[in-house]
This record gives sequence, C-alpha cells and structure tokens, in this order.
Amino acid sequence: MSYILRAQDIVKQYVGHRALDGVSIAVPRGSIFGLLGPNGAGKTTLIRIITRITAPDSGAIYFDENKMQAGDVYSIGYLPEERGLYKKMKVGEQALYLAQLKGLSVSEARKRLRCWFTKLDIMPWWNKKVEELSKGMAQKVQFAVTVLHEPKLLIFDEPFSGFDPINTEILKSEILALREKGSTIIFSTHNMASVEELCDSIALIDKGRCVLHGTLAEVRSSYSDLRYELRYVGDSEKLAPALPSDFTVSERREEAGLQVAIVKAAGEGDANRLIQSVASAVKIEYFARLTPSMHDIFIAAVKKGA
Amino acid sequence: MSKIFLVAKREFSVRVHKKSFFVLTLLAPVLLALLATMPIIVMSLKSSDVNVVAVVDDARSFDTVLVSDQTLRFVMLKEDANVADLRQNFDALGYYALLHIGALNDAGEPQMLKFYSTKQVSLEVQQKVSGMLSREVEQRKLHAYNIPQLEQIMQDVRVKLHTNTVKWGDNGAEQNTHAGIAMGISYAFAFLIYMFIFMFGSMVMRGVIEEKVNRIVEVIVSSVKPFELMMGKILGVAAVGLLQFALWIVLTLLLVSVLGVFFSLSGLAGGAESLAMPGLSAGNLPVPNLPNGGELHLLSYLSGFNFAWIITCFVLFFLGGYLLYSSLFAAVGSAVEAESDTQQLMMPITIPLILAIFVMLNTFQYPDSALSFWFSIIPFTSPVVMMARIPFDVPAWQVALSLGLLYATFVGIVWVSGRIYRVGILMYGKKPSFKEMWKWIRYK
Repeated sequence: MSYILRAQDIVKQYVGHRALDGVSIAVPRGSIFGLLGPNGAGKTTLIRIITRITAPDSGAIYFDENKMQAGDVYSIGYLPEERGLYKKMKVGEQALYLAQLKGLSVSEARKRLRCWFTKLDIMPWWNKKVEELSKGMAQKVQFAVTVLHEPKLLIFDEPFSGFDPINTEILKSEILALREKGSTIIFSTHNMASVEELCDSIALIDKGRCVLHGTLAEVRSSYSDLRYELRYVGDSEKLAPALPSDFTVSERREEAGLQVAIVKAAGEGDANRLIQSVASAVKIEYFARLTPSMHDIFIAAVKKGA
Repeated sequence: MSKIFLVAKREFSVRVHKKSFFVLTLLAPVLLALLATMPIIVMSLKSSDVNVVAVVDDARSFDTVLVSDQTLRFVMLKEDANVADLRQNFDALGYYALLHIGALNDAGEPQMLKFYSTKQVSLEVQQKVSGMLSREVEQRKLHAYNIPQLEQIMQDVRVKLHTNTVKWGDNGAEQNTHAGIAMGISYAFAFLIYMFIFMFGSMVMRGVIEEKVNRIVEVIVSSVKPFELMMGKILGVAAVGLLQFALWIVLTLLLVSVLGVFFSLSGLAGGAESLAMPGLSAGNLPVPNLPNGGELHLLSYLSGFNFAWIITCFVLFFLGGYLLYSSLFAAVGSAVEAESDTQQLMMPITIPLILAIFVMLNTFQYPDSALSFWFSIIPFTSPVVMMARIPFDVPAWQVALSLGLLYATFVGIVWVSGRIYRVGILMYGKKPSFKEMWKWIRYK
C-alpha cells in the first residue's frame, strides 16, 4: 500500500513530561485517517510535528515516501482545533491573505475563494468584518481557507465543533468529496460516531504512545469479543439454562414488550449452536452479532493502557 | 523571505488603515505646532483683555509714573478715596485690583504698597507695578545727589554682555554655535527615540498577544515559520513608525509655518525651533538664552547643525534600537495571554531603557563624559544616549562602532527571541517563569 505520510518513532519531550514516546503511524494515500486519543494524549503535538510547526527530538517523518522537506508544508492544509481569525479584518481580505501565505497568487486565490464561498454559502459576508460573523460562519471561512490550495494532505482537528447538524452534514459531504478527488485526510476528533461514519483507518494515541493502529475493520475485529443480541418473547428465567455451556448472559432488559439479552461466547462461539439451543426455550424475534462500536473500543483501549 | 514581506505588508496596512493612526498622525503635529507657537498665540490673545487697577495714592506723588499698557490700565483716584468704601462697592466698580500707595517716609519711599482685590493679583501685575515704582524712587534719589550729566553717566554704565561660541571645523571653517540649542536638539531626539521604541515595541507586543488570544497563530504558523511571522510583524510595524515619523516632520513644518504666518509674529523663530524638536514639549526645555535680535541669529545658529546627519542618525538608531527591543517585546508577548500579565516579564526590557533616559539627562549637559561615552556604545542604551550626543558632534568612528554593536546585538537577540516566540505562541495556560523560557530557547 502507498502511504502519503509515515511517522517513525517520533519522540518529543517537554519540560516535565514526554508528549510523544516513540509514535509511529502510517496514513494510506487517498483515505480518511482518524487520529484518536484522550485529551492530552499527544495528538496535537504529533500534528504540529507533521505540519513542521515544531520539530521532534528524534524520529522521522516521510511525506510522499520521501523524507519530509520544508517545502512540503505547501502540500498540507491544517485546520487546528484552536483556530481563530483576525477579528478586525474583513473576511475576504483575510482569506486572501491566508491563501497568499499558502503560496497562491492573489488572482488564483480570489477565483478559488469565490468558488468555495459560494459553495459554503458565505459569499455575502465577503466584505464584513470577522467579528460580525457567527461562530459557524467563521468556521466555514477557516475550512475554505484550509482546503483552498488543494493540498495532498488535509489535517482537520475537531472540524465539526461549533457547527449545527445541517452544516455538519454539508462539511462531511465536502470532506468525502475531497477524498474522492484524491486528497488524504487526517481527522482528529473525540466524536466516535463521525469516526465510524468517515474513517477508513485509525490510530489511537494514549499517553504519548500509539496503542491501536489499522483499518477500521482490522481494529474492530481485534476488539470483537463475540457478543450476540437476542430479542425474544418468553420467560426470561428460561433463557440462561437453555444456553450452551460456553455461552453466558451478560446483560438483560425488557424493551418494547420484548425481552432483550446480550449473550457472550467464551470460546469460538457459534451462532447456529446458540440459536438452536435457545429456540427450544423461547421465541426468537431478532438476532444479531454485536460488533464493538468505536466508542467501546476507544474506552477499552485506553483502560487497558491505564 | 517573501512570506516575511507578506506578513509585514498585512501588519503595515492594518495599522495604517486604522482610525487611530490617522488621528494620531494628524493630531500630534497639531499639538506640537500649538506648543511651538503657543507663546505667540498666548501673547496675541492676552492683549484683548485689559485689567483695570484703581490707585489710591496718599501722597499723590506717582500720578504720572504708573503707565498703562495693552494689558494693564491704571485709574488714579482722588486722595480722599477711602479703601473701606471702595471695598464695599468693589464688585460694582469692575476693577481688577485696588492699589494703595502709602505716604512717603523720610527716604522718599512709600510707607506701604498694598494690592486689594477679590482675586489673587497676578505676579506679573505686581512685578510691573513694583518695577515702575522702584525705578521712579531710584531716579528721584539719584537726582537728589545733583550729579551733573547724570543721564549720560547712567547710559554709559549700563552694560549687558553676551557670549558667542564658534566651532572650529576640520577644514578651517568656523561656525556659530549655541550650546542651548544643541542641548534642546539633543534632549528632543533622545527622548523621541525612547518614546518611539516604547510605543512601537509595545505595538509589536500587543499584536503578538492579539494573535495568540485570537487563536489565529496556529493557523498561520502552519504555513509560515514562527520566525518569519515574528520578523514580518516587527518589520511591518517599523514601516508604520518610519511613515509616522516622516509625516510628523512634514506636517509639523507645514503647520508651524502656516500658524507662524497667521500670527505673523516671529514665524521664522517658531518654525526653526520646532524643526529642532518635533515630538517634544518645548516648554520643558532649557530655553536658549538668545542674544539680541534673536530670530535672525537663531537661523544662523541652526544652520550650524547638520540636520541631514542628525536625522540619518536618528533613523538608523531608531531602527536599530527598535529592532533590538521589539524582538524582546515580541518574545514577552508570546509568553503571555493578556497584556496585564506582561509586567514582570517586561522588567528586563524597561530597566535598560529607563537607565538610558537617566544617563541621557546627564549626557545632554556633559556629552563627552566617560558615562555618556560608554552608555552610547553599549547596545541596549546606545540608541537613546548616542542620540543625545549626536548634536554635539560625535566622532564618526564612535557612531559607527555604536551602530555596528547595536545591529550585531540585534541579530543575537532576535535569534533568542525567535526561539522563545516559537514555543510561546503555542503555549496556553500558566504564565511561564524565566527559567522555563530559558529552557524554551534550548528546545530543538
């Protein structure tokens, strides 16, 4: 597989604590890559090293298979979590300035900005001062400026914070469209639902170390613990005795007139065997194998490290 | 490099388009021109107001002595006028004051001289009256000796001597100089440079804090190196400073000549004087004690100063000093999140500047003392102290050495500041100690 970005054994020491302790990640080209981790895990430090804002104490970054050069920052668009704009400057003027810093000419920047501003429905605010914008509006301006120079790699740190659900959907579809066009996206968030929705692969960082790394499917299967959800009509007391010996009920409740049970397999687990045994005791209405949510995996992975 | 330029361009245009820049640029020369022409204006305004002093002269021996002028008129009252009665009607009579001259004693002097008024009688009026009366009594006493040809003798013995200074140039040229004017220029430029460094240095600091508080800084440093951002800001603000200085000089000169013509009173002197001290209150200066025919001579004295050289030095030392200090200001700004947190960190910056001002107060009187010499060479104080020495002709090698050291130190300091800055702008939370900042310098 071809990787747009590889970080190898990155170490970064700050006064009193080690922010990154030998982190390695690999971001496949043309994918959406989730960079996850609890607060203070070192995500922002890693991103700042990737964007060359700070230098690592040791380790190396490879961009497009070559050791990263200073000029590679032009191929990166970064939307930091802590983001702002000059309040007293006009929106258009400011967007043009930021675009020029990314190496675009004024005329090219103006053309592309007009396109993006129209797409995001913020064109009427071009001549307004930033302090007059709502938070969501300002976020849209920042998003447009981040993607404007069509970088190979985009890094979004909590891109949806401050957006209403409608604008969040607009932004999601724009992010997916960017991937279709060939951009690679590193996506850092605490919102696990959007990770499941968007990401192709993830890395989970905790206490300066990478504790999980791989495609979403790989990570899921490594955390899969063979649990089944069973909804049935019948006496809930009859269920447990009817189970095969390597199955146990881990959770039981009643919902909408049905009994619900989560059944856990200790060993290999076999859905057929389970259904056969249970079917003789109760009337099955619904059966499903549970896959762990990213939320559960996140918590499990972080707890395991603690 | 082009990014530094882009950043500088933004910093410059944002500040120049601000209303406050416009107002300050226009207002400062107006204030300065007013200050420079204030004495003239005050004089021309004062003449419209005449104070009437009623005089009760018990001996009636000074009737013709008290001479009215433009601002003061004397009304001699009859000898039977009663002070107590006058006091009753004082407000209705509209007098400024009542002067009571007592009867003469054996020596021919009034036994008493008293002003009565409902307000404080001005010192100027008192001095005028006592002056006129003293001279009259003095004359009378002299005449009592019956010396023949007294008038001529008095004319003859009255002398007032003036000193002139001539400066010998290298090529045998002689120039009229005036220490008072040199001191004025020295003080003015040194103080101006101090003001400018503080003003524009803290402008840089506020800009850095603003970017940090706005949280735009991380957006920007993802495409611009922190050092480039810092340098761009420093250079952009420097351009603002130079533009403002140039505008002030031009506008002040314009205004002073306009005001000077308008009040048509020694416009030349006013114009020339404010050229020597733009940006300063002329009132605080030791006013040069001009010899007779002051205005015309003033011009010849001013021509003794090489203003092109002084202004060139000013610009070079301002730039050097500003660059040196503003990079420190930027480092301080990067370390905090609000201007109110800067005080402790500002200490190392303000101390040398204030020290420079104290040395300068000595320098503009003793420009060649050892103290003045060393502090005009040491980089952190040299902009202010050397500027105070320049009007007194400093050897070129000293100026060159001082400038060289100043700019070399700037390069070192900007490197250190840049390293603090690049860490500081991304640090939020606790205000760092000097120890922590020292560690930042050594980060990779």
